[in-house]
Amino acid sequence: MTATILEKSGFNRDRKLKIVGTSPVKHDGIDKVTGRAKFGADLFLPGMLVGKILRSPHPHAIIRSIDTSAAERLPGVKAVVTRDDFPEIKAGTPGGDMTRNAMAREKALYDGHPVAAVAATSESIAKEAIKLIKVDYQVLPHVIDPVEAMKPGAPILHPHVRTKGIKGEDQPSNVIERLDLAMGDVEKGFAEADVIVEREYDTKPIHQGYIEPQSCVATAAEDGQIELWCCTQAPWVYRDRLMEILKIDQAKIRVTQSEMGGGFGGKTGFYGEPVAILLARKAKRPVKITLTRNEVFRATGPVSGTRSRIKMGVKKDGTITAAEAELIFQTGAFTGSMFSNAPQAMFTRYNLKNVKTVSHEVVSNRPKVNAFRAPCVPQVVFGVEGVVDELARKIGMDPIDLRLKNAATEGYKTIYGETFGPIGFVETLQAAKQCDHYKSPVPKGQGRGVAAGFWFNRGGETTGTLNIATDGSVTLILGTSDVAGSRISISMMAAEELGITVDKVRAIMADTHSLGFNRVTAGSRTTFSTGMVIVDSARKAITELCKRAAQIWGVPEEGVTFEDGFCRPASSNVGTFEPLSIAQIAAKTTPTQGAIAGHSEMNVTGAGPGFGLHIVDVAVDKETGRVDVKRYTVVEDAGKAIHPLQVEGQYQGGAVQGIGWALNEEYYYGEDGRMQNASFLDYRMPVASDVPMIGTEIVEVPNPRHPYGLRGVGEVPVVPTMAAIANAIGAAIGIRPQSLPMSPPKLLKLMDDARAKNDGYRSC
Amino acid sequence: MSKKYHVTTTVNGDEYEFLCEAQQTLLDILRDELMLSGTKEGCGTGDCGACTVMIDGTMVCSCLVLAVETEGSRIETIEGMAKGENLHPLQRIFLELNGLQCGICTPGILIAAKALLERNPDPTETEIRYWLAGNLCRCTGYDKIIRSVQAAAKEMRGARS
Repeated sequence: MTATILEKSGFNRDRKLKIVGTSPVKHDGIDKVTGRAKFGADLFLPGMLVGKILRSPHPHAIIRSIDTSAAERLPGVKAVVTRDDFPEIKAGTPGGDMTRNAMAREKALYDGHPVAAVAATSESIAKEAIKLIKVDYQVLPHVIDPVEAMKPGAPILHPHVRTKGIKGEDQPSNVIERLDLAMGDVEKGFAEADVIVEREYDTKPIHQGYIEPQSCVATAAEDGQIELWCCTQAPWVYRDRLMEILKIDQAKIRVTQSEMGGGFGGKTGFYGEPVAILLARKAKRPVKITLTRNEVFRATGPVSGTRSRIKMGVKKDGTITAAEAELIFQTGAFTGSMFSNAPQAMFTRYNLKNVKTVSHEVVSNRPKVNAFRAPCVPQVVFGVEGVVDELARKIGMDPIDLRLKNAATEGYKTIYGETFGPIGFVETLQAAKQCDHYKSPVPKGQGRGVAAGFWFNRGGETTGTLNIATDGSVTLILGTSDVAGSRISISMMAAEELGITVDKVRAIMADTHSLGFNRVTAGSRTTFSTGMVIVDSARKAITELCKRAAQIWGVPEEGVTFEDGFCRPASSNVGTFEPLSIAQIAAKTTPTQGAIAGHSEMNVTGAGPGFGLHIVDVAVDKETGRVDVKRYTVVEDAGKAIHPLQVEGQYQGGAVQGIGWALNEEYYYGEDGRMQNASFLDYRMPVASDVPMIGTEIVEVPNPRHPYGLRGVGEVPVVPTMAAIANAIGAAIGIRPQSLPMSPPKLLKLMDDARAKNDGYRSC
Repeated sequence: MSKKYHVTTTVNGDEYEFLCEAQQTLLDILRDELMLSGTKEGCGTGDCGACTVMIDGTMVCSCLVLAVETEGSRIETIEGMAKGENLHPLQRIFLELNGLQCGICTPGILIAAKALLERNPDPTETEIRYWLAGNLCRCTGYDKIIRSVQAAAKEMRGARS
């Protein structure tokens, strides 16, 4: 079913808003500042056991046998599971990969890959028990680097893989897929260019870095009914995938989402959940598995590292004539990087006609990557915006002016086939040029960089329900997860529709028995899609309220209209009646037709593309190579900021995640293929003293395909960050780095090399 | 079965007795035995500050304190921060200024910020940033956390004068 609301009403630019656009306190906040909020690890059930997972210490090894007998004999151990407890699913299928990532089968494919698990009456017994499990490994040569993994003779992870996208490929390969995406004629485009820049870039895997480790509690009844409590961005997706790999009927598994302590994409796929279910099934007691931070780093969702070669050409007047890219995405031990986002999004924001891209997804002996804000896009935008910056320098044009000259506008047909509707890239660039940060001079000794980014924003299957209580207050049942405050934004839209205060609305996040399927909470789709579903539900409830008012007054239904929270006679011909409030009508549901509610399910379309431009000033310590981010401003089109404080929070949080990605986050592997910095101390995400205040400029170019004009603001804020910082470093030291992270030793080396050559501004 | 030790402490003004194994941390006991799950575990190695509590007026990561060490001590956790119906100014202002997103780091940050303002009622932005450098937040970029602490400090100074 398509989004009927779009046909019915859509966006009204002249609508006077009372609630949308204000920033009320979020209703879920009170439990979070008092410690009452229940996150993944905060459920305690009677008789609950502690589950622990034994993990492979080897990056690549055949598992010859697993002996669990000593662990089973340890007093207090109630269940042990291994690969033998998982149903056999063919390797190379989606289910086959999922089950093998949850529990190694033929081989362990990365340091930290689960190989067995126990449930015991205490944490200390569980820890002791996993030490008693004997695994006989045949250690194999491993490969960590994706470029090495592509070479002939590299250790092969999956013997069944033949590269998709290459005709006639009959040899096993670590290249899962080659994807060609192009439009126009790049040869012709480059021939028209006056200046061509071609550079190579590399970025490292980083972790999403959510502060809450994955945690879940599973219970299994004798009749097969499974209850799973967990912190997840995707309760329905978890349910359906667990059904697939554990062979459970959908109706027999209920997934209940807890409050989630950060996800950023990393909680879109499960880890300990199927293991906890199998342990609970064997033990017939609830089992909680909470990952340690070490396990989170070694075995959950890092982000793809990339290699890229990017070439762009420009005429002297600033017209970009062609763009070409060759990309390699490291996906960890299994496919799933979502790398196809990159060739679709990397140049999209410029009105290019000639584009050619070749992308590869490559497995290596690292944990399977997972989504992270705008999956696979920021890594390659790091390169694209570096080339754009250099083009601007070479033709002597202001970097924002060059972007304005080439900005995509309504009617541009993208490389992935969509023709843009009204978009706000030009308005975003203009706002950036006009903002105080860009107009103020660059402080002495610092460098300024800018970079632009784009994300599609998403819709998809979404369901929701709005119930009107007998006192006129309203409850919402939402299917998407709340990653950073979507409940309040959606409650505000419901209140606006119904003409009531937002204090009268309360929203909960549903379990999978309570609503129909909801797609994963990701891609900046939630406030947009669930907001649309709840607005539709509110309008259905309003139709019902009018019916009830008609019944109370004894007039035809069309004689009643709804305005500002009251049912009123549509005209004086209908009669003279005092307006009825929602509360007055709701109080009479017993003599009328029962409870009043609205429900909606849609496959939401019409997501409005989002664009941003970041401005950053940095100082580089020439002695140590340390980069100090002095000033940062995020300019981005929100479409409409439903709750401006939360929109600012998205901009600021995305930028600071990007600062970490730019300056110091990466996975270190030893020669032994083991991760060497699997702790917050050694991994080192940004702390409060590392960063300045983050300025924000919210641009509002409404998305006409949403009733309130919103687009989505979760992804774009991280997309241009590393590029903007690299461009600023380039301006500060005369050398634009091409490799992330731009850590002190790397920058020192760049500066030393440059001093030796003394050849002016360049990119390295 | 490991030997267990008997410990008596005061948590948020209430006396508690519990049995713990020698290696169990105060965090383990607060969460799993006393059901005070407002204190969060983010790392278990003292790097993220989500488990920050006060012991006898000193700010600590409760994951780095053995439960057996807390015999006779006075522990304060997030559950004791509001007084009856009244939120602490930091709690209220974090809500008003959106100083939290997902909320997992919030209990630790509130305890740490309260400890800062008790020691230094008028901290500079830099002092706040360095004091909170042991409390990781991945959602907010820290901006609204720092602004919330600044606003709470100002209000609390006004209330005192």
